[in-house]
Amino acid sequence: MNALTRFFGRLEGPQTIGRGPGFWIGFLVVLAGACLYPQFSDGYTVGNTVYFFTWVFMALGLSLIWGYGGSLSFGQTAFFGIAGYSYGILTINFGAAYGFTLVAVVLAVAIAALFAVLLGYFLFFGRISGVFLGIVTLSITLVLERFMAQTAGPEWHIGKARLNGFNGMSNMPPLTIPWPGGDIVLFPDVQLYYVVLALLVLVYLALRILVNSSFGNVLVAIRENPERAEMLGYDIRKYQLGAFVIGAALAGLSGVLYTTWGQYITPSSMGMTAAALPIVWVAVGGRSDITSTLIGTLVVLSAFQALTIHGSQYALVVMGVLLVLTVLIAPRGLILSGASLIGRLFGKRRGDA
Amino acid sequence: MAILEARALNKHFGGLHVTNNVDLALEPGEIHCLIGPNGAGKSTLFRLILGEHSPSSGQILFGGEDITKLKSYRRIRRGMSVKFQVPGIFKALSVRQNLEIAMQHHYPPAALHAEIDRLLDFLKLEGEAKQLAGNLSHGQKQWLEIGMAISLKPRLLLLDEPTAGMSPEETHATGIMIQRLNADGMTVLAVEHDMAFVRQVAQKVTVLHLGQVFAQGSIDEIVADERVAAIYLGHAPEAAHA
Repeated sequence: MNALTRFFGRLEGPQTIGRGPGFWIGFLVVLAGACLYPQFSDGYTVGNTVYFFTWVFMALGLSLIWGYGGSLSFGQTAFFGIAGYSYGILTINFGAAYGFTLVAVVLAVAIAALFAVLLGYFLFFGRISGVFLGIVTLSITLVLERFMAQTAGPEWHIGKARLNGFNGMSNMPPLTIPWPGGDIVLFPDVQLYYVVLALLVLVYLALRILVNSSFGNVLVAIRENPERAEMLGYDIRKYQLGAFVIGAALAGLSGVLYTTWGQYITPSSMGMTAAALPIVWVAVGGRSDITSTLIGTLVVLSAFQALTIHGSQYALVVMGVLLVLTVLIAPRGLILSGASLIGRLFGKRRGDA
Repeated sequence: MAILEARALNKHFGGLHVTNNVDLALEPGEIHCLIGPNGAGKSTLFRLILGEHSPSSGQILFGGEDITKLKSYRRIRRGMSVKFQVPGIFKALSVRQNLEIAMQHHYPPAALHAEIDRLLDFLKLEGEAKQLAGNLSHGQKQWLEIGMAISLKPRLLLLDEPTAGMSPEETHATGIMIQRLNADGMTVLAVEHDMAFVRQVAQKVTVLHLGQVFAQGSIDEIVADERVAAIYLGHAPEAAHA
């Protein structure tokens, strides 16, 4: 009982909204709903929900780097693409037997994280910050997109895997879990849904613990006043790098899940539009809180998809307008502002009673 | 042995000689004030001591150890601490969280919050623990930052105009606070403009002028020095000799 209380205690703190039994009961209700929902829906809709979920990891990672750490990375899609292509190259070459696809997921995320260690080292130990960090990271994702776009010729291959230029890499095997009595192929969407949902819950809870730990304390201190944080004896570059690598690994996880979901990855997943969208999701939801980032991302993604029925260019314009309006009217983010408004109303009522 | 020593310290920005061959030694346990007209190089000297600038030449010793090449955070970990001129606090975080960030690695988790409460009492901020630091009055912000600086239990506390923007009462209270810390053994180096404050706390005063040590002594000696009065009024003698 005591251990359980301590565990829940670590999930709460000044860096996250939502605390107390009320919040966690709500959390369990939503989770139960998410678990039951495929039973009442068709395969296509469930698959579409998996598609939404895959992006949330990248958004949560950006929330950590930008919302908590104060460093705007404009190039999260670089890690998305690196991990997606890595998964493709690994599984096309080595197949799906003996649960190799699961190993490939871990390896692909690790490759993205390793790239982030290298890049982040030069960025943060070179004291690059503010708008320059955004410019450098954006340039890198655009360079990767350009590079992959010109790999259409047959000479561009790694082992059996053709890179395929703008046509994208396809036909990698889906996630396969080895099981006595027949492998479970996570392709019919419902199985994949449960795996991705479980990952999402795991990552969400782990991030709650992380941002409310002493690491998270230092991270928000760096956002608020880097000089002061350093003059309290913290090597802020290490903390910035740590957050950057975790955020990149989450973007990589998004990339892998997206690739296994669609069995397809293209250079445009690292392009300008792709790079800009995560910023919109995270900013509109409320970047300085992972719960509002999660909700905001799902809401904006669904709205975006609904709008693309009327044409994708038109939907992008709406996204741009949404970003501008958020920055002007509710710079903390729509979900976060809404949540704190509700919190204040309830707080006041409790105060009156 | 001096706790902090600057030896022949120089800093140029292009052709501008901002710190010019400065020798400075701080005895353990003293309150030492650094004064001088605007542009005398006080802030630059501070930044050199903190490692925010690296000197063009010269040496800095802390506790007898050469720290000239050390990064700022390493100097802090060796027992320096600083309060900036503009309150360097974490505005969007609560007062308690500000102190928690400063102290979290200095106390075991079980003792941390009791220590924070004690410090809040000392700073007279016990009623503001949940308040966002950005909502405090100016004087309270200054105290909060002093609190963060002293919570590291430094051997040497650097204060850059600790009373800037404070009322005379707040200034006096800050002086008493600094004297209490000093009584516990903390060495203090303060840049200060407020002469009433310097008179209240300083055991030794160094006057900087044009990047050089211009005069040094007790506050009474400095006040009696006509050359010092002259540089403050803008009639510096040609040859500055310490």
